[in-house]
Amino acid sequence: MQPTTHADTHAQASHHEELGFWQKYIFSTDHKVIGVQYGITGLMFLFLGLCLMSVMRWQLANPGTGVPFIGHLLYRVLGESMVSKAGVISPDLYNAFGAMHGTIMVFLAIVPLAFGAFGNFVTPLQIGACDMTFPRVNMVSYQFYFLGGVLMLSSFFIPGGAAKSGWTSYSPLATIADMNLRPNGQTFWIIGMVCLINSSLLGAVNFITTIIQLRAKGLSWMRLPFFCWAQFVTAFLLLLAFPPLEAAAVLQLMDNLLGTSFFLPTGLVVSGQLLHISGGGSPLLWQHLFWFLAHPEVYVLILPGMGIVTEIIANNTRKPIWGYRSMVYAILTIGFLSFIVWAHHMYLTGMGTRIATFFQTTTMVISIPSVIILTALFMSLWGGSIRINTPMLFALGFLPMFGIGGLTGLPLGFNASDIHLHDTYYVIAHFHYIVAPGTIFALFAGIYYWYPKATGRMLNEFWGKVHFALSFVFMNLIFMPMFIQGMAGMSRRMYDGGNSYAASGETIGLSTDIIHLNVGISHAVWALGLSQIPFIINFFWSINWGKKVTSDNPWDATTLEWQTPTPPPHGNFEKDIEVVRGPYEYSVPGKSRDFTPQNEPDSPAPVTHGNPVRS
Amino acid sequence: MEIPYAVKPRPDTGLYNAKVGIWLFLASEVMLFGALFCSYILMRVNAPEGTWPHHWLNIWMGMTNTIVLILSSVTVVLGWASLKMGKFGHYKFYQGITILCALVFLGIKSFEYHDKFIHYQINLKDGTIADGHLQSAETTKDLIVIEGRIIPPDKMEELYNPSLEHEGKLLKIPIGDIKIDPRTKKPMMENYGPWHNTYLAIYFTMTGLHALHVIAGAIVIFAIWGPLAKVWEQDPERYVNRVEVSGLFWHFVDLVWIFLFPVLYLL
Amino acid sequence: MSDRPSSTPATLHVDEHTIHEMQHHIRRYLIVGVALAVGTALTVWASLINFGSREINIVVALIIASAKGFLVAGFFMHLISEKKMIYAVLAFTAFFFTGLLFLTLWSMAHDNIIQIHLR
Repeated sequence: MQPTTHADTHAQASHHEELGFWQKYIFSTDHKVIGVQYGITGLMFLFLGLCLMSVMRWQLANPGTGVPFIGHLLYRVLGESMVSKAGVISPDLYNAFGAMHGTIMVFLAIVPLAFGAFGNFVTPLQIGACDMTFPRVNMVSYQFYFLGGVLMLSSFFIPGGAAKSGWTSYSPLATIADMNLRPNGQTFWIIGMVCLINSSLLGAVNFITTIIQLRAKGLSWMRLPFFCWAQFVTAFLLLLAFPPLEAAAVLQLMDNLLGTSFFLPTGLVVSGQLLHISGGGSPLLWQHLFWFLAHPEVYVLILPGMGIVTEIIANNTRKPIWGYRSMVYAILTIGFLSFIVWAHHMYLTGMGTRIATFFQTTTMVISIPSVIILTALFMSLWGGSIRINTPMLFALGFLPMFGIGGLTGLPLGFNASDIHLHDTYYVIAHFHYIVAPGTIFALFAGIYYWYPKATGRMLNEFWGKVHFALSFVFMNLIFMPMFIQGMAGMSRRMYDGGNSYAASGETIGLSTDIIHLNVGISHAVWALGLSQIPFIINFFWSINWGKKVTSDNPWDATTLEWQTPTPPPHGNFEKDIEVVRGPYEYSVPGKSRDFTPQNEPDSPAPVTHGNPVRS
Repeated sequence: MEIPYAVKPRPDTGLYNAKVGIWLFLASEVMLFGALFCSYILMRVNAPEGTWPHHWLNIWMGMTNTIVLILSSVTVVLGWASLKMGKFGHYKFYQGITILCALVFLGIKSFEYHDKFIHYQINLKDGTIADGHLQSAETTKDLIVIEGRIIPPDKMEELYNPSLEHEGKLLKIPIGDIKIDPRTKKPMMENYGPWHNTYLAIYFTMTGLHALHVIAGAIVIFAIWGPLAKVWEQDPERYVNRVEVSGLFWHFVDLVWIFLFPVLYLL
Repeated sequence: MSDRPSSTPATLHVDEHTIHEMQHHIRRYLIVGVALAVGTALTVWASLINFGSREINIVVALIIASAKGFLVAGFFMHLISEKKMIYAVLAFTAFFFTGLLFLTLWSMAHDNIIQIHLR
C-alpha cells in the first residue's frame, strides 16, 4: 500500500529525462506540464475574448462607423457579408462576436485556467501526491479541450461565420439562424461544446478520485487546504451538471442537422412561412437543460478563485484563516444548492408563481454560504500582519469586487425586481463584477503567487503592482456604469448600443446620457487591454530573467506544494510526506518561526520568544 | 513512478482508484441519460392527445435484445468471478460470449433502424394516408410501391396506434396521387426517421446514444480480453481490476436498456 | 496471444476462501440472471394487459423495470456491499436527477398543478 520509495522516484526521474520533446511537453501525462498547457492556452483565449469585446465596444461607442485598423483587416479576412469595406461590422458579426465572447471566456478561458491550470498544477502538490490518479486520462482531457478550442476558433472562418445566438444558444434562434447553411457556426459550436464537456467530465473524475485517494498520510479532510476543498466541490459541479447540457447539445445538434424538432414548437413561422418540421418540441426544454448546467457553471467560475484567494490571504496575513470549518461547510452547501436554483434565469418565461417562488427561495438561501465565505475572508484580515505584495493586492482587490458582484445579484434573484432588470446591462455588470474583477483577479493573484514554484523565478514586483492598479481602476470604470445603464432599462445584446431607444425620448426611452456612458466604458475596455501588456511582458521576460528564488518556499508558506524542489520534478516529492498539522499554522505562539509547514515533524527544539518575521 | 492504490485498495476508503473513477463516471452518465429521459417525459406530456405513437416498434425484437443484454451482463460478471478464482480459460470463454452478445444486439438494432428508414408515410390527395415499407425493387420514379395499409381520414388514430397484427398489402401509388406540401412544394412522403415526429426523434437519440455506449463498452472489453490480455501474466490483480471496472460500465449499459425497452417499446 | 496456460499465475493469490466465496456469488449471479429474464417476460406480458387507464400500465412497467434495475445494480455491480463513498456519490446523483426531473416538469406544467395527459 506504500507509494514510491526514494530510490524508485529517483530511478523514475532519471528514466523520464530520456523522454523526447514531444513526450515531455506535448503528449505529457505529468500534471504540472498539463497544468501549464491549460494555463497558456487559457490565457491566450482570455486575451482573444478581450479582443472580441474590444471590437464590439467600438461599435457600441461609435455606432455605424468603421473600426480603425482592425476593421479593414476583418473585412479582408471575413468578407463583405460580415464587415463592410469601411470596416463597419455587421449586426450578424456583432452577434457572433458576442456569442463567442461569452463562450470563449466561460468555457475556453476561465474554467480551463481556474480548474484545468491551477487545479492540475497545484492540487496534487498540495495533497502530497506524486501525480493525478489517472495521468493518461488527464492528457486526454487537455486534448479534448484543445480540440474544442480549434473547432470554436475555426467556426469564425466558415460560411456564415461563428455561432451568433448568444452563449446561451436558445432555440429556436440557434436552429433557424443560418439554417440554409449546413453545417454552420452553430453546428461547430455544439460539437465544440461536446468536446469541452467531455474534457471537463474526465478532469472532474480525475480530480475527485485524486483528492479522495491520494491524500498523503495524516492529511485528513479537515487538514486540507481550502484551495483543495474548492477544487473538489468544483469537480463535483462539473461532473453532475454538465451531462444534461451534453444531452441538450446532442438534441440541438439533431435539430440543426437532421431536422428534428426537440426544441422547435409546432407552428413555427420563419420569414412568413411555416417551417417544414414535425413540431411538438419545446424551446423551454432547452432553457431548462442549459441552465441546469449553466447555473452550477457560474459556481465553477468562482469557487477555485475563492480557493486561491484564501491561500494567499492566509499566507500574507501570517495568520490562520478565520472560520476555516465554516468555510468548508459553506462551500459544500453552495455546491449542493447550486443544483436547485437554475430557473432564476428563467423568471420571465411564464413559469407560474409557485415554482418561481421555489427558485427564488433557494436562490436567496444560496447567498448565505457565499456571504459566510466572504465574511470569513474579511475577518481573516483582522489582526493579521499584512504583507503587501502583488498576489496579496489582487487577493485584497478580489474581496470588495466579489462583494459588489454578489450583492448586486440579489435584486436579480428576486422574482419581482428581476422583471425590470432581466436581460439588461445590470445583469452584465453583476456577473462581470464576479468574474472579471472577481475571478480574474484571483487568477492573476495565483499566477504571481505560484509562478516562483513553477519557474524558480519571481515575477517583477513593480510591474505587478502597476498591472494591479491599472486593472483595478479600469475594471471598475467599465462595469460600474453598466449598473446605471441597466437600471435605466438598456437591454443586452443591442448592436446599436441603445440608439434606437433614444428616439423614444427621455420618459420611455433611454436618455442620451445613459447611451453616452458607452463611450467611457469603451475607452476603459481599451485601456484595460493596454494594461495587460506589462503583465504579458513580465510573464515571458521573467522566465529567463526574473529574480531567482533563494529557497523552495519564497513566501514562507505552510502548505505542501512549497515542500518540493523548485520546479518540482516528475513525481514531485523527494521524501515521503506525512502531515501532522492543519494547513494554516501561521504565528503559532511558542514557535520559533511565524509559520510551520504541514509536514514538519513536531520537534523538541527550544522555544524562542517573539516571532521573527521574514520579509 | 507508481501511483498508489491503483491495484490495492486504500485502507480508509476501501477502494482502489479505478473503482472510484468508474463510479464517478457512471454518476455522470446517470445524469446524461436522466436528462434524456426527462426530455422524453416532457415531450410526451406535451403532445396533443392521441398523437403519441404506440407499438411502432417490434416488441419481440426489443425483447430479444433485452434478453441478449441480460445474458451478456451475466457472462461479464461470471468472467470476472472466474478471474478472481484464477480460471483464465473460463474468463476468456465468458467474456467472448459477452462480446458476441454485443454484436448480436447491434445487429438487431441496425435491422430495426433500417426498418424505420424504409417505412414511409405518404399523404394522398384524397385525404387518406398510405403507410408501409418501401419495396424498392418495384418502385420507379412514377410509381411508389409499398407494403402496408391505407388509413382513411376518419381513422387517423390508427396511424398512432396500429393494432399489433399488421396486415401488409402491396400498394401501388402513382406519384401524381401524392398530396403536395404547400410549404415545400414537394410530395408529402416522409420516412420514419428522427425528423418525422418527436417520438421517433427521442427514440433514435436515446437508442443511438445507448448503442454508442454498447460499441464503446464492447471495444474496451475486447481490448482487455484480446490485445491487453498479457497483463494477466505480468500483474494479475491489476488485470482483474480492469475487468471489474469495464464490467461495471457494461452493467450500466444494460441498466439503461432495462429502462429504455419498456419506455420506448411497450408504453 | 499465443497459447496461454489457463492455470493461476504464480503472483495471484487465490485461496480456498476466495474460491468458496466466488462460488457462492456465482450461484447468486445465475439466480439473478434468471430473475431478470423472467422479469423481462413479465414486463411484456403486463404491458399487453388493458388496465383501463394507461397510467397503470406505466406504473407497473416502471416498478418491474426498477426491480430489474435494482437486481443489476445491487448484485451484478455489487452495490449491495459497496463502500460508503460510492453510496454518497450515488445518493447525491439521485437527488439531483430527481430535482432536474420534477422541477422541470413542475415549471412546464400549464397550470400550477402537474397534469399528466396520457391516453
